[in-house]
Amino acid sequence: MSIVYYPGCSAAGTSSDYEKSTQAVCDALGMSFTPLPDWNCCGSTPAHATSTELSAALSVRNLDIAAKMGAEKVATPCPSCLSNLRLAKKRMEKPEFRARVDELLDEASSAELPQTYSVMQLIYEKYGSEFVAHRVQRPLKGLKVACYYGCLMSRPADIMADFGHPENPQVMESLLRACGAEVVEFPLKTECCGASHGIPERQLTANLSGKILETAQNMGIDALVAACPLCQMNLDLRQKQAGKAMGKEFALPVFYYTQMMGMAFGIKLSALGLNKLVVSPEPVLKKWQAALKEGVCE
Amino acid sequence: MRIGVFICHCGSNIGGTVDCAKVAALAATFPDVVYATDPMYTCAEPGQAAIEEAIKNYQLDGVVVASCSPRMHEPTFRRTVERAGLNRYMFEMANIREHVSWIGKDIEANTNKAAELVKMAVAKLRNNKALHAASFDVNKKVLVIGGGVAGIQAALDCAEGGIPVVLVEREATIGGKMAKLDKTFPTVDCSACILGPKMVDVAQSPNITTYAYSEIESISGYVGNFTVTIRKKTTYVDWSKCTGCGACTEKCPSKKTPDAFNEVTGLTTAITIAFPQAIPKKAVINAQHCKKLLTGKCGVCAKTCPTGAINYEMKDELVTETVGAIVAATGYDLVDWTQYEQYGGGRYPDVITSLQYERLLSASGPTGGHIVRPSDGKEPKNVVFIQCVGSRDRSIGRPYCSGFCCMYTAKQAVLTKDHMPDSQSYVFYMDIRANGKLYDEFQRRAVEEYGTEYIRGRVSKIYPDGKGHLIVKGADTLLGQAVEVEADLVVLAVGVEAAKGAARLAEKLRISYDSYGFFMESHVKLKPVETNTAGVYLAGVCQGVKDIPASVAQGSAAAAKVLSLFSKDKLQSDPQISQVDIKRCIACGKCVQTCPFGAIELFDFRGQQKARVIETVCQGCGLCTATCPQGAIQLAHFTDNQILAEVDALCQC
Repeated sequence: MSIVYYPGCSAAGTSSDYEKSTQAVCDALGMSFTPLPDWNCCGSTPAHATSTELSAALSVRNLDIAAKMGAEKVATPCPSCLSNLRLAKKRMEKPEFRARVDELLDEASSAELPQTYSVMQLIYEKYGSEFVAHRVQRPLKGLKVACYYGCLMSRPADIMADFGHPENPQVMESLLRACGAEVVEFPLKTECCGASHGIPERQLTANLSGKILETAQNMGIDALVAACPLCQMNLDLRQKQAGKAMGKEFALPVFYYTQMMGMAFGIKLSALGLNKLVVSPEPVLKKWQAALKEGVCE
Repeated sequence: MRIGVFICHCGSNIGGTVDCAKVAALAATFPDVVYATDPMYTCAEPGQAAIEEAIKNYQLDGVVVASCSPRMHEPTFRRTVERAGLNRYMFEMANIREHVSWIGKDIEANTNKAAELVKMAVAKLRNNKALHAASFDVNKKVLVIGGGVAGIQAALDCAEGGIPVVLVEREATIGGKMAKLDKTFPTVDCSACILGPKMVDVAQSPNITTYAYSEIESISGYVGNFTVTIRKKTTYVDWSKCTGCGACTEKCPSKKTPDAFNEVTGLTTAITIAFPQAIPKKAVINAQHCKKLLTGKCGVCAKTCPTGAINYEMKDELVTETVGAIVAATGYDLVDWTQYEQYGGGRYPDVITSLQYERLLSASGPTGGHIVRPSDGKEPKNVVFIQCVGSRDRSIGRPYCSGFCCMYTAKQAVLTKDHMPDSQSYVFYMDIRANGKLYDEFQRRAVEEYGTEYIRGRVSKIYPDGKGHLIVKGADTLLGQAVEVEADLVVLAVGVEAAKGAARLAEKLRISYDSYGFFMESHVKLKPVETNTAGVYLAGVCQGVKDIPASVAQGSAAAAKVLSLFSKDKLQSDPQISQVDIKRCIACGKCVQTCPFGAIELFDFRGQQKARVIETVCQGCGLCTATCPQGAIQLAHFTDNQILAEVDALCQC
């Protein structure tokens, strides 16, 4: 009963491939979660753009259920959920704020709310790169990739202080290197992709995502690896829009880090949701499989 | 005893939240008080005259003033009572400003507390005894620690005043940071050309003994009589033989030694002379890069040296000097900017510090004054300057402004245009702080005559675009827009912090330092040169950020303090020191062990061991009095009886 899993709305919709691959990787590592029953939205953009208390109330309701289950920690794959759940817990330290949130919830929430962690941080801290490397069956040979965290995974600095340097986190790099990939240092790893502006201000998101894709492509990588459902969508689904904004044509597959880890763990590709990627991962898969075959011949 | 009490209004500072007249009326009822009043400004001339008059008219033999912190005015009022014929220790001060009126608004509570503090002061005064200072000789010789421009100025001014000076410098040459600068603002005159002659004056002054490549090992003693041990670090070159000809540096085969004087913008040899105008102009071997010292095979410099000065067996040497005063002028170092991962954390070769840029601009630098990119040796076109890197940034614990970066950045932008007329400079800034003489005019020239683009905003990211440029991404807060500049070279105006090892030196000097390592002055406004340790003075950035003119001014100010101290042949010791009651002393020796100043010794008294205080060494800290299991040591003016009398008075309130 120690870690309770909070999937977040995207997992149940647009990022079902992230959800599938996260579950598969955690299963393969032996990490078990208790599902959070009757969960609701974490209070992301629509809520926190309206009212801080409303956003916090939505998050606190989830944390409160987890607290009553006796959870020590909450795990979520989504950086936006992570940020909202952590911020809500932090803000609840102020009695006046807590009072206003409790009023919205119609009842007093638990005095002690559990802390939330990204699934990535939990994998890294519980197993470490050595154990992950030990688990690899089909190393990501011949693949040159760049890690992209998005703006929320490591920031704001005071909320995410336990994740490494807020401007230059290294957790995803360590995990993927353990999986055998060649990981380049991506300078824009924490830059904003444009996030939910993709709907009201499409051009803005196209520009921001375009910058990221352009720099990544200039580095001569095979794939970009993301950890956030919204970032992945902006970089993958909207890659053509971004290309148009930059006057370029991009063809850069954007994986979730869990998909890459799952590949290395030898999990069946169909269980990783690769068919959901918009920019075809085929060239990457072919390159990888060829490299693996070469390794066998050696 | 006949005591007079003065409850100061301090204008409205105290009078605004304390009923001073009521406190005076209450004070008049305290034991032995024969006179009490509440003047408006007690420290002013009429206020002091009123105290003197009251002493005469009422035959007072003790005075209490309730006013501000004793830090500032205790010496003032001690002189006042002395003028009226009392012993200066028959005076007590109650702090009813910092401890009462400034921190509470409730007039009734404040008035009660003020009365209680006055009652304590009266109780203590009733137990006071006249104390008399002893006098002792002054060793009229000064130690200056640090040979940057502030230390040089202090040394030269003292030497000019006829005082022998011992100048200790950590590096192989004096000159400090200023010697590394190309030009200086706001006149753009050559730094080496204006500092060089001063350095030569130091070398030529018969009154100055310079220990370069040396550090302070330990300091003992007190004002007028310090003993200083200096560690002369191993140079592997006998400086009494070295003529500074430089033949060794031409022949040394270890040509890939990082050049510390050039801020690692270039390479040098393992045996070096820091720069052509170095003082002293002597060679030093860098042991980490010398083939002979690392592998035992080489010895080229020893073969080359025409005077046989090379000595691979050399060891550190300790020398002792005795001085009467000390000037600390240890300067600064740059904040470790590589913690800024968003600026590449030190991974991008074309992101450099402004001190490194000075070396690139300098004709005696590694490129002969030609500006080139460290990555490919090409001349840059777009140069981006970023200010406040490690200054005014609470997120890295450096909330203060480094003071001179706005100005040297403007200077560097001007010089960039002079060196490369086709170049374009951009400056990201928070605010322009140009508040010195001719400073704002100079900064405007950088904008108006040299076409420097000033962008008000912070930089969020520097990254390589993969095509040989750096993209500098930031905000223009005046336009409310995100901006990106394609840069060939980025220069960071890295903030200032106290010199490495400043805290350790402060402990040796027994002076305070702030949370950033800067040495604490005695009073931030009125005693910016003195420290709380008598005979120790400050000059330059070691006390707080300042530019060259201010550092020079403080160097001269420190010298003036030393000269005025040395104008007396004898100094008076503070009689507030420990005294041993030998009847009670059991010679357990705990006080000897506890004393941080080595001021207590055991001696033979009629065949028995007893402790004894060395009067001139004791600083009156009171540690021994708290340690003595027999209560045999009392601190004069803070005896157990005096303190218990205060406690009694408070408990009876």
